[in-house]
Amino acid sequence: MKLFTQLFVAVDQTTKTNDKVAAIVNYLQHADDRSKLYAIALLIGNRPKRPVRTSDLKFWAADISRIPYWLFEESYHIVGDLAEAIALMLPPHAPEKEHRLPDVIGQLAGLHGLSDDRKREIITTYWRDMDTDQRFVFTKLITGNFRIGVSRQLVIKALVIHLGIDEAAVAHRLMGKWLPAKETMTSLFAESKKGARDFQPYPFYLAYQLDSPPESLGDIGDWYIERKLDGIRGQIIVRNGQLFVWSRGEDLLTDKFPEFAPLRNLLPDGTVIDGEIIPWKDERPLSFQVMQTRIGRKSLSPKILQEAPLVMVCFDLLEWKGEDMRDTPMYYRRKLLETLLSSPGLRHVLLLSELMPFNHWGEVAVFRQHARDFHCEGVMLKRKGSTYGSGRRRGNWWKWKTNPLTVDGVLIYAQSGHGRRANLYTDYTFAVWGDDGTLVPFAKAYSGLTDKEIAELDRWIKHHTVERFGPVRSVPPHHVFEIAFEGIQASSRHKSGVALRFPRILRWRRDKSPESANTHADLLELIQSANA
Amino acid sequence: MLKFTERGVYCPQADVYIDPWEPVERAIVTHGHSDHARRGMGRYLCHQHTALILRSRLGVDIVIQELAYQQAVSINGVRISLHPAGHIIGSAQVRLAYKGEVWVVSGDYKCVNDGVSIPYEPVPCHHFVTESTFGLPIYRFPQPGAVFSEINGWWAQNAAEGTNTVLLGYALGKSQVILRHLDTSIGPIFLHGAVANANAVLASAGYQFPGDYLIPETGRQTVKGAAIVAPPSALNTSWLRKLMPYRIALCSGWMQLRGTRRRKGVDRGFVLSDHADWDQLNRAVIATGAGDVYVTHGYEGPFARWLRDQHGLQASEVHLRGAATVEDEL
Ligand SMILES: [Zn+2]
Ligand SMILES: [Zn+2]
Repeated sequence: MKLFTQLFVAVDQTTKTNDKVAAIVNYLQHADDRSKLYAIALLIGNRPKRPVRTSDLKFWAADISRIPYWLFEESYHIVGDLAEAIALMLPPHAPEKEHRLPDVIGQLAGLHGLSDDRKREIITTYWRDMDTDQRFVFTKLITGNFRIGVSRQLVIKALVIHLGIDEAAVAHRLMGKWLPAKETMTSLFAESKKGARDFQPYPFYLAYQLDSPPESLGDIGDWYIERKLDGIRGQIIVRNGQLFVWSRGEDLLTDKFPEFAPLRNLLPDGTVIDGEIIPWKDERPLSFQVMQTRIGRKSLSPKILQEAPLVMVCFDLLEWKGEDMRDTPMYYRRKLLETLLSSPGLRHVLLLSELMPFNHWGEVAVFRQHARDFHCEGVMLKRKGSTYGSGRRRGNWWKWKTNPLTVDGVLIYAQSGHGRRANLYTDYTFAVWGDDGTLVPFAKAYSGLTDKEIAELDRWIKHHTVERFGPVRSVPPHHVFEIAFEGIQASSRHKSGVALRFPRILRWRRDKSPESANTHADLLELIQSANA
Repeated sequence: MLKFTERGVYCPQADVYIDPWEPVERAIVTHGHSDHARRGMGRYLCHQHTALILRSRLGVDIVIQELAYQQAVSINGVRISLHPAGHIIGSAQVRLAYKGEVWVVSGDYKCVNDGVSIPYEPVPCHHFVTESTFGLPIYRFPQPGAVFSEINGWWAQNAAEGTNTVLLGYALGKSQVILRHLDTSIGPIFLHGAVANANAVLASAGYQFPGDYLIPETGRQTVKGAAIVAPPSALNTSWLRKLMPYRIALCSGWMQLRGTRRRKGVDRGFVLSDHADWDQLNRAVIATGAGDVYVTHGYEGPFARWLRDQHGLQASEVHLRGAATVEDEL
């Protein structure tokens, strides 16, 4: 754990990507092969499942720290991160004993069946053997939210330096949920045997939001323009008679989408399609909420399958007849894709992403502005001659999302932040005016203000608190904020009767008085028009 | 004997306020930080070194009665004396005795020796008013000695890589502690104007610190491999530009939390505080022998409850209006 903790601290201490890469390379040079595999898995986000209940962890830590539970909770709230809170509160430790990363993770994975007493013994023994930094990293592994400040791209960069092999190869090998326990550095990174990696998806190519006028992209004739749909980005893979469906989050979702099962026989071996998986009915997409409820279900009844039937709107072909097509130009891949999808048997589940027939950037701009009317969230712009990249890159693919919906809300509650924002009131609840003149909370938002604005608002909140409820303070209606969001839905779970998608603060409207904020009736009207 | 009022901590018998935040006739000021020493008081009473700071900040024409530590004055029967608080140079705890009853107002304090200010001394009393800036068990600070070696080690490494080292700490107090412990054999030391000013004021009390004022004309070549000490307000300002290439660190008790460290966007956070941490607060409260404790400035609620539950003390939380929001004091 010592080396890995050093790596974590080194990465955590710097904001410079070169220093981060150097820290990873340094780790790879010093760690043994088995530890490397576990570390790489953790770095790219293959986290172990949470082996113990959080409430148990809190209880054990408070107990051995001789801190009453209420004080533990109070402190935890200020820290915001359970692992860090525990590491800081545990009593100074006895002499260290080194535990190897693979052994620690192996033992954590085996905790499941054990009695609570045994679990406590194992975990508190680790705590005792570790210093504060190690305790933090170790406990992070247990709480199941281990995250380290490096992107996959940086890990790939470091591996390229360390292994001296090609970047695309490294990126490809790291895809999917491989298990460090079942690999060696050689099996993972050496050229694979046929069939051994049938499940493996390609790294997704991701687009940046367009941040300059579209005219800067040059001739519109060089670009494919497609709707940007709000579903789940995915890859459908058929190799050697097997089907795999991956999401961009690298979850293997094959079983969640029985609609795609027949593709195993319908698509030729060695086919990988990139597209957007989305509920679709009567020739139009359904709202993202439909998808979410469906994904959340454990079992899929015929009723659900009928209410929320899924399709993939396909826009790229990454592998064809077992051949990696990513280096061929987009227009070529698109041609092949069109040919493939013209097969009548596929029509129900695989739709071809429609190319929008625009002749001027001005038309695109108008369409984008009214994107919601066309059941999409904007447009995708892809250069016809471009190859398929990996990761988020500028230049050849752009997304151009429509402007968010906005509502002016009044600040009514504030909660002190977690972690990053300890000691500051940074989590806000906003309200609109109800028919009876009361304020109806409708959105919570955490982001969108500058550090300076946050500090100013924090001071105001602390000096104008009306009531305290634990970490929450209520404040008089005074400040108005413009709240932006991507979508709005009727919801019975919310007091206001509406649910917002991705609410955030667009700007502080100091020019507005609280009376001029929007009303609940305005919200209901938005739902009407947004979902018409 | 003391009351917690809208204007600050008040002693009716002596008609004097301690660290008031609105103009009053007579004010005792615990130390020179701006959230404790405000302008507009009829008469000030403070430690002689704090007096220097007050005059430079509030003007030479203010009326100050200066005291040495332990030296007492009597106001209408109340015996008032100042005692080292170990927070910054001149910082004092205020002891007030009247008819056999003793109160102590801690002001800001810490119980570790910073090598610059006179170390904190526990003052026995019946009633103790304590700050609680770091009054939670997550705040247990490393030994300052270990932090100074870390800082010097980091500076040496940066210098070896041809990178400058910027250390951010409050201009009055923290900066001097940093300067006192920097290893001058590593490279030259330069000062932000605010730090140079603070040093100049303290020089009149005989305090000497290394480092040259970084003037606009100072060349890039001169600062190569240097340590530059500046206040936290210099962060994200154009002033830093001429120090490129640099790595930058904040020195503060708040750096104990990873979240705060990251939010500030600095390369390093060194846990170096001029306030007492959890263990120090507990030790300090017990050492006074006080049966009644009033908790202000920080985590009043939890720390007071802890003192009641754990130590069986009469502890109450006091929310002073002028208490700085905890983020302010870096
Ligand atoms: Zn202070
Ligand atoms: Zn203070």
